[in-house]
Amino acid sequence: MITHLKPASGAHVGAKASVSFIMWQVMLALLPATVFGIWCFGWPALNLFVITVSSAVLFEVICIRMAGRVAKPVIMDGSAMLTGWLLAMTLPPWSPWWIGVTGSGLAIILGKQVYGGLGQNLFNPAMLARVALLISFPIEMTTWANVSPLFSSQSPGIADSWRITFMGLDNIDAVTGATTLGYIKTEFSQNHLLADILKDYSGFLNFIGWTRGSLGETSTLLLALGGVWLIRQGIIQWYIPISLLFTVTGLASIFHMVDSQHYISPMIHLNSGAMMCVAFFIATDYVTSPNTPTGQLVFGVGCGLLIFVIRTWGAYPEGAGFAVLLMNAATPLIDHYIRPRIYGRDRKGRPLEIPKP
Amino acid sequence: MLSFFKKPLIRGGVHAEEHKAATATQAIVYNLPLPKKLYIPLQQHVGKPAEPLIRVGDKVLKGQLLAYSQGVISAPVHAPSSGIILDVNDYPAPHPSALPIRMIVLETDGKDKWIPTEVPIDPFRLEPEDISLRVGAAGIVGLGGATFPTAVKLNMGRDNHVDTLIINGSECEPYLSCDDRLMQERAGEIIDGVRLMLHGMRTENAVVAIEDNKPHAFLAMHTAALPFPTIQVIQIPTRYPMGWDRQLIRYVTGKEVPVGCRSSEIGVTIHNVGTAHAVHKAIRHGQPLLSRIITVAGAAVKHPMNIEVPLGTLISELFNFCEVNTETTARIVMGGPMMGESLPHSGLPTVKATSGILALTASELKNTEEQPCIRCAACVSVCPAGLRPLDMANNIRVNQLDAAVDIGLKDCISCGCCSYICPSNIPLVQYFKYASGEVMARQQAQHKAEQNKRLMDARNARMERIAQQQLEEEQARLAAKAERERLKAAEQEVVA
Repeated sequence: MITHLKPASGAHVGAKASVSFIMWQVMLALLPATVFGIWCFGWPALNLFVITVSSAVLFEVICIRMAGRVAKPVIMDGSAMLTGWLLAMTLPPWSPWWIGVTGSGLAIILGKQVYGGLGQNLFNPAMLARVALLISFPIEMTTWANVSPLFSSQSPGIADSWRITFMGLDNIDAVTGATTLGYIKTEFSQNHLLADILKDYSGFLNFIGWTRGSLGETSTLLLALGGVWLIRQGIIQWYIPISLLFTVTGLASIFHMVDSQHYISPMIHLNSGAMMCVAFFIATDYVTSPNTPTGQLVFGVGCGLLIFVIRTWGAYPEGAGFAVLLMNAATPLIDHYIRPRIYGRDRKGRPLEIPKP
Repeated sequence: MLSFFKKPLIRGGVHAEEHKAATATQAIVYNLPLPKKLYIPLQQHVGKPAEPLIRVGDKVLKGQLLAYSQGVISAPVHAPSSGIILDVNDYPAPHPSALPIRMIVLETDGKDKWIPTEVPIDPFRLEPEDISLRVGAAGIVGLGGATFPTAVKLNMGRDNHVDTLIINGSECEPYLSCDDRLMQERAGEIIDGVRLMLHGMRTENAVVAIEDNKPHAFLAMHTAALPFPTIQVIQIPTRYPMGWDRQLIRYVTGKEVPVGCRSSEIGVTIHNVGTAHAVHKAIRHGQPLLSRIITVAGAAVKHPMNIEVPLGTLISELFNFCEVNTETTARIVMGGPMMGESLPHSGLPTVKATSGILALTASELKNTEEQPCIRCAACVSVCPAGLRPLDMANNIRVNQLDAAVDIGLKDCISCGCCSYICPSNIPLVQYFKYASGEVMARQQAQHKAEQNKRLMDARNARMERIAQQQLEEEQARLAAKAERERLKAAEQEVVA
């Protein structure tokens, strides 16, 4: 019984990886940092995570249905879930429910489906949503909960967590504070020097993620481990993360060496904000990054440069989201100019010359 | 890290599951019962089809010429066994379309009686041109699958004074092991064929390149080549498509063949090991190309094997012999699983290009449920030709074929790496083959339209010229008439 006549051409056999396999591998790599983040920030963080992910899936279902297609196979590819997951990781952990829902709506509808769905979008949906939220709701998006691990005395109970998620915080000042980058930026604006500002800074706690920050972005260690695992699995290539981190490190080193009181050290850069999450999980998004190794190197360097510039001289303490979006916009251009050389042709596409014997 | 700075010798490629062990570990089978009927296509090669010189009802002997080669690039066809010609007509081709092509149908008489053959005493005393002639007359074509007439290639090699002959023993396609077995069992004959080819091209050096997943074949060939210092046997990395001639040339010689050139123009000629063996048989034994070794494999095959098959044997005969389960066969593939083509049924003949016949079950096949492209660029990184399959496919999907051509459609070698790796199961090669065919059809249509327009313009010009001429003649006639009448009137006036 010839049941599989078409397609007539090869390859008739194939590699095992499928779209959903890739998405699940990325989620698996995100899992340690996510679990750690939820543990650090307690039940409200879990609420936000669940709300954001499920609303992302819901919006995807609605869009697919509106397009008159069957939703189940599209949902099963895992892309909407991953978008929601990435978005949740970049939100302040005690954000109210509507931040998660609005963010998911922005990411899935405006960031992805209006372009034509999976693979068609110009901008990374999670970053698009995050930046839109940051600009629209600056208060909620910069209210950073203190570290209050689950089951500890500071951690809100389940009932309290529902109140935080659905009705908001009453005693904001008592349980929230600034992130490392935000604190440094504020202090700089009051003309303080780094030596004073960083009196209480602990590199180690920032490295493992014991600090205020977005739900899943605080743990440099776990995110980097997840990212390295993804590279080892062959899901992502090293070009973007390494060039991005290398650029930030290089620039920060130079400026820090020239003026160590006004420019933070590369270690603080690497250790804080969205650096690791962006380098390994956001900037490496297949759809919105260039598709040649050289193009990816350019993309990574561009992201690193913009992150450094925005963090150092911009109005916002963190610039990773903006940097990625700007470089996303440059991706078609990079792909247009940086192409692999075709066998037997030179870089411009003309046939090679026959070597003289 | 050093390799990062060196110009890479191998670009792209994939490492597919090999599935070779089932057939590579057992000897070639030579006892396929002679089929009752053989269906011998007149075109089993690149170039013009052969022209039959027998009639229906003729009795022929094994090795007798059935159809002669037509034109410069062509190859003759011989009778794979003795018997009677039943028909010369159109029968379904071994192609996904199974469209009819011209074939000779030979009813075998079971005697397998040879035509008398003439063998030179010492072929190395023959003129090199004579070697080419004999190879051409034997109907030998590239047995790796490209089926380019070997004699033409030998001539080009001689004319261009190539310095290296590469013998392609990579056999990089999964499942296939016919070259592997041939090298293990017939190493001496292959090396002899290589020496004859070298003689035929007036070339000194040969490099036999064998993928390092075939240690037994390498050892056998290495041993057989020991007495001949100009024949070097090397191992090359196992990575599909290592057997792509241009990839192999770059790996072995470091040279890159420019687009639009033959490899002989840069001093290299490449032949398959099977071709070398066929050359040995043609020159040493006077035997034309009548049969070839075919790998029959796949999970639906009960007894997978390498088997010598007379050309023109129907695939169904092979399936019977190897006990293929037709119930579980989800797809029949002629060739390897990467570049081979799916056949609609098994009632099609094997030809000179048939390196393998696979009966694949559904579980072996790639999932065909197409999903949207996620631009993962895996296809870009595996493409050995340096193309961007995802962009080409996007252009083709919206029917912008010219844009696809601009970014390299014509440089695609259909190796199948992109389709293999694609996580969204997009049949990229299918897109590219469709587009190439469509571009060619459009060019032909355009050419035809231009031709028509030219003819039409010429006709219009001609008609205009004729009309003009008639007009002028008419005017001249009228003028002459008026003149005559004037003269007449004048005459009358004079008379009056």
